[in-house]
Amino acid sequence: MSGAALTFTFDGKTYAARPGQTLAAALLDNGVAVVARSFKYHRPRGVMAAGVEEPSALVTVGEGGRAEPNTRATDVFVYQGLVARSQNVWPSLAFDVGAINGLASRLIPAGFYYKTFFGPPRRWMVYERFIRKAAGLGPAPADADPDSFDHRAAFCDVLVVGAGPAGLAAALAATQAGQRVMLVEQDSVPGGALLREDVRIDGVGGPEWAAQAVAQIRAGGGRVLLRATATGYWDGNLVSVVQRLAEPGQVPAAAAPVQRLWKVRCGKVLLATGAIERPLAFGGNDRPGVMLAQAVRAYVRRHGVVPGRRAVVATSNDDGYRTAFALADAGAQVVAVLDSRAAPDSAIVDQARGRFAVLTDARPIDTRARGQRLATVIAQVGGGEQRLAADLLAMSGGFTPVAHLHKQAGGDLAWDAAAQAFVPGTARQAQASIGAAAGGHDLAAILAQGWAAGSGGAPRGFAVDDPLGMGTPAGAAEVPQAARGKAFVDFQNDVTLSDIDLAWREGYRSVEHLKRYTTLGMGTDQGKTGNMAALARLAQAQGVDIPQAGLTTFRPPYTPTTLGAFAGAAVGEHAGPVRRLRLHQAHDDLGAAWQPVGYWFRPRSYPRAGESLGAASLREARMVRQSLGMVDVSTLATFEVSGPDAAALLEMACATTIGRLGVGRGRYTVMLREDGLVMDDGTAWRLAEQRYLLTSSTGGADRMAQHLSWLRNVMAPHLKVSVVNVQEHLGAVALAGPQAARVLAGLTGAEAPAHMRCTRAVLAGVDVLILAASYSGERAFEVYAPGHQLRAVWNALHGAAVAAGGGAYGLDAMDHLRVEKGHVVIGAEVDGRVSAHDIGLGGMLRKSGGFVGWQGQQRLAIATASGRRQLVGLTVIGGQALPEGAMLVTQEGQEPLGHVTTAAPRVAGEGWIGLALLSDGRARDGQELLAWSATRNLRVPVRVCDPVFYDREGARYRD
Amino acid sequence: MMLIDCPHCGPRAQEEFTYERTRDSVVPLDAAPAAAMATLYARANPRGEEDEIWRHTLGCRGWLELRRHRMTHAIVAVRPLGPAVLP
Repeated sequence: MSGAALTFTFDGKTYAARPGQTLAAALLDNGVAVVARSFKYHRPRGVMAAGVEEPSALVTVGEGGRAEPNTRATDVFVYQGLVARSQNVWPSLAFDVGAINGLASRLIPAGFYYKTFFGPPRRWMVYERFIRKAAGLGPAPADADPDSFDHRAAFCDVLVVGAGPAGLAAALAATQAGQRVMLVEQDSVPGGALLREDVRIDGVGGPEWAAQAVAQIRAGGGRVLLRATATGYWDGNLVSVVQRLAEPGQVPAAAAPVQRLWKVRCGKVLLATGAIERPLAFGGNDRPGVMLAQAVRAYVRRHGVVPGRRAVVATSNDDGYRTAFALADAGAQVVAVLDSRAAPDSAIVDQARGRFAVLTDARPIDTRARGQRLATVIAQVGGGEQRLAADLLAMSGGFTPVAHLHKQAGGDLAWDAAAQAFVPGTARQAQASIGAAAGGHDLAAILAQGWAAGSGGAPRGFAVDDPLGMGTPAGAAEVPQAARGKAFVDFQNDVTLSDIDLAWREGYRSVEHLKRYTTLGMGTDQGKTGNMAALARLAQAQGVDIPQAGLTTFRPPYTPTTLGAFAGAAVGEHAGPVRRLRLHQAHDDLGAAWQPVGYWFRPRSYPRAGESLGAASLREARMVRQSLGMVDVSTLATFEVSGPDAAALLEMACATTIGRLGVGRGRYTVMLREDGLVMDDGTAWRLAEQRYLLTSSTGGADRMAQHLSWLRNVMAPHLKVSVVNVQEHLGAVALAGPQAARVLAGLTGAEAPAHMRCTRAVLAGVDVLILAASYSGERAFEVYAPGHQLRAVWNALHGAAVAAGGGAYGLDAMDHLRVEKGHVVIGAEVDGRVSAHDIGLGGMLRKSGGFVGWQGQQRLAIATASGRRQLVGLTVIGGQALPEGAMLVTQEGQEPLGHVTTAAPRVAGEGWIGLALLSDGRARDGQELLAWSATRNLRVPVRVCDPVFYDREGARYRD
Repeated sequence: MMLIDCPHCGPRAQEEFTYERTRDSVVPLDAAPAAAMATLYARANPRGEEDEIWRHTLGCRGWLELRRHRMTHAIVAVRPLGPAVLP
C-alpha cells in the first residue's frame, strides 16, 4: 500500500493504514470484506456506509478499560497500534456457530421478544439464557475506564452544526458579520460532501476550499471543533456537543481528557447536518460488497480505496451515477447502472450512457455470494431478469435529510414529495436547517443558502465548477412488492421487509407499535439508514402516503455517547460529597469503626483490640445502661425558628401542639406529609418567648430544610418568622446514662435540667445549650455548642465520662438502646407508608388540625385501623439472632403479614428482640410467628409483644 | 434545557432549579379534607399553560412561580414567591 505509515490489528492480525483513514477504509484497503456478524442471524457483514450511520460494521476498539464496544468502523480514525476485534462471533468471524440462528430464523420471527415476554410466564426464562449469548453486541469492558472526561460550557451567537459546504459558508458569513461563531463537525476534517466530490469552488478543489474556510473562520475569532458531534438539542437553544480528544481506545495526551461534553447556549443554531443515503431493499442486500453509493465514492475519492473491481450501481436517482463515474475514474469496471426509473432524463444520465451500460426500469432483486462476499447481482430489468457478475454493488435509494436535531428542538417536519423525504419544517427555537439537511442538492444553491443564513440575509454567489453537473434526486424509497430471501431494512437489528409485513398481518398498525414489535430502529444506529424504507413499506400496506404513516420520535443522543461523557469528572470520590464530622479526628483517635450514613461518616462503634463490632456495640450499650455513654449527634437536622409567628409556623410543620410549650421546655413531635403519612420526627424546644429550636432526623435533614422553606415562603409568606438551618453551625454531643446528670452538673457547676427542659450553661469555657431529651431510655442530655468549640466540649465530657466508668458509644449501640425502648427511626419503621396511628403516635396529633397532613390522615385508607401494618415488638423464641428485613409469616411460604424493621440484641437482658410492622399487629399480642428470609434461608420463631421492652413507665429518665 | 429568568439572579440554566409542583396542587391548610384530597390527587393536567412552583436550589435558593407552556416549554412569566418584606 502506498503511503502507509500506520499499523493496526484486527482480530489479532496486523495491517497497514494511511493517516486519515477510518478503520473501515483501512480494512477495505486491506481486502477485509467481513468485519462483523449481524445481531440476530449472525450473518457475515461488511462495511456499508462511510459515516456515523453505519449499521453493520460494529467492532470493539481498544483494550482493557479503554475497550469501546460497538464502535462503528466508519467512525474511528486509525492511529498507530489501534487494536480492533470483531464481536458477536464464536468461535471466529469466518466460522461462527451463531449463524445457526440464520438457519433457524423461522424460530425467531419478528416480535419474538414480545411473544416470549407476554407468552406463558416461564418461557422467557428458558429462552433468555441462550438468547443473551447468541444475540447481542460487544460486551462492556470489565475494567474501569482509566481516562478522564470533562464538561465545559460555551456561549455563542451562532452555532453551526456540520462543516460541509452549507455549514462552512454559513460560519464564514457569520464570522465576517462579526458574530461569535462556533462550528462543530463530527468528522476529523472539514468538508462533508466535498470530500467525496470532484468539484471546485471559486477555483479551488473542494477539500482545500473547506480547509481554507476553517482557517478563515478561526482567524476571524470563530471556534471550530472537529471530532465533535452535536448529540442533543434542548430547550433554551442549548446544544450538547461531545468532542473526542482521542479516538476510541486511544491513549489520550498526558493529563488531557479523552472526551469533552460541551453545553453550548446559542443565540441561533444553523443545522447543516447533511443527508443520509438510503439503502435499497432486495434479497441479500446485506452481503459484504453491497454498499451505499455515496460511501463508495467517499472511499474512492477521500481514502484512496476502491472497494471492488467489478461494480454494479443501483440507483433511484441521479446522484448514484456520480459513483459510477468515480469508480470508473479509479479504474474499476462498472458492469451496469441499474436505474429504477423508467425514463431518466438528465445530463448526467446522458453522459453515463456514453460510458456504461445504463439499464432503466431496473433494480436488484437478489444476490449470490462466493464464500461470504458478493459475487452476483440478480437484477429485474423491465419484465426480465439479468445476472450480473460483480463484487461490489453501490446502491442509492434516495436521501434522508438529517433532521434529528431539528426535531429534538421541537420543530415540525414537512414532506417533500419530489425527494420522497421528510425535510425540516417550522422551527420552534431560534434555528434553521440549511444545505442537504434542508433537502438541498445543488452545490451552488447550498453555498448561497448557507451564506445568507450566516450573514443574516446578505447574498453572495459562489463559482462552482462541477464537471458532472448536479442531478435532480428524484424518486426515492423504492419498495419492492415482494423480496426474495432476506431483504434487510434495519441492518443492525436484522429486521427484514417480511418482518414488517408480518407485524402488519399481526395487527401492528401504528409506526410506534411496529417499531417496538420488530425492534426496527432500536439499534445503536437508531435506524438512520433503515427507518424510511420501513416507513414506506408500512405506508404501502396501509394504503396511505408516507407522511400519513407517521414517524417515530427523534431522541438524543444523535450518535451513541460514552456514559463517561455524561458523568464528566463526577466519578469515583467525586461522585458525591463526603461529609465528615467536626469531631472526626476525636472519633478516629478513639479507634472508631466508620459507618457511611448518607454523605456522612459516623462512628459505628469503638471496638477494642480483638473485639468484634457486635461485641463492641453491645458493650457500649450496656455501658450506657450501667453508667454513662456519649455519642456524637451533630448530624441531626437543627433549625432555629424565631419571630412573633414562630409558633404558628411550627404548628404548620408539626402535627403536635407547639404553641402552649412554656419557655425552657421541649416536646417530641412528628411531621406529616400532605397525604397524611409520617414524614419525619424530632423535638421542638422553646428557647425564648419568640425563639424555638427544632431538631429532626439526620437522614431527613435536607428534606426538612426544603419543607420548612416551602412552608415559610410559599404557604405562609405573610408570617413574621425566620427559619435558619443551624446544623452546619452547631455540633452536639449526647450524654446518656444513670451518671449523666451528675457528670454534667460537675462540669457546668449547675444542676442538670429536668427531662424535656432546656437550659444554657458554660461547659469547658464554652457557652452551650443543654436539652434534656432521652432516646436511650436513660437520663440523657444533648449538649449543643458552636461547631468550632465542640472539640473542647467533647474532650471535657469524655474525660469526665471515662472517670465515671463510661465512654463513647456509636450508632449500633444507639440503635440497640432505642429498639429496647420501642422508638421508631426514620427510614426503618417510618418507611413512607405508615401513619402516626400505625406507629402508636396517633394520640399526639392536634385535634384542631391546621398542620400539613391533617386532612390526609383522615383519609379512609389511613384512618381505618383494620388491616394496616402497625408497630409491634418481637421477641425471639430461642437463641437465634433476628434477621432484619425478614418477612413475618404464620408458616414458611405463606403471604407475609409484615416484616422485621429493626433487630437488636437485648441490652438489659439476653437474646434478641426487634421492631416490626405487622398487619393488625396490636391485635396479635402474644402470637407466635416465623421471621422468614427466603433469600438468606433463615427461619426464626418470634413472639409478638409490646414495642417497649424496657422501663415502660419511663422512670429511669425522670428525676 | 430551559433557560429560566430568575427574578433575583437573571437567566440561568434549568439544572440550577428544582421543580416543585403545579400551583393548583397546593393544598391550603384550611381546606376541608375532601377538597384537600381532590386538590392533591385530581390535577388539571392542561394541554397549554400552567402555573408551576420552582426553586432556584443551586442559585439564590429563592422560590419562584413560573407560568409555562407544557407542550412548548415556553416560559411566559416568572415571579418570586416568599415574604414581600423580610421580617
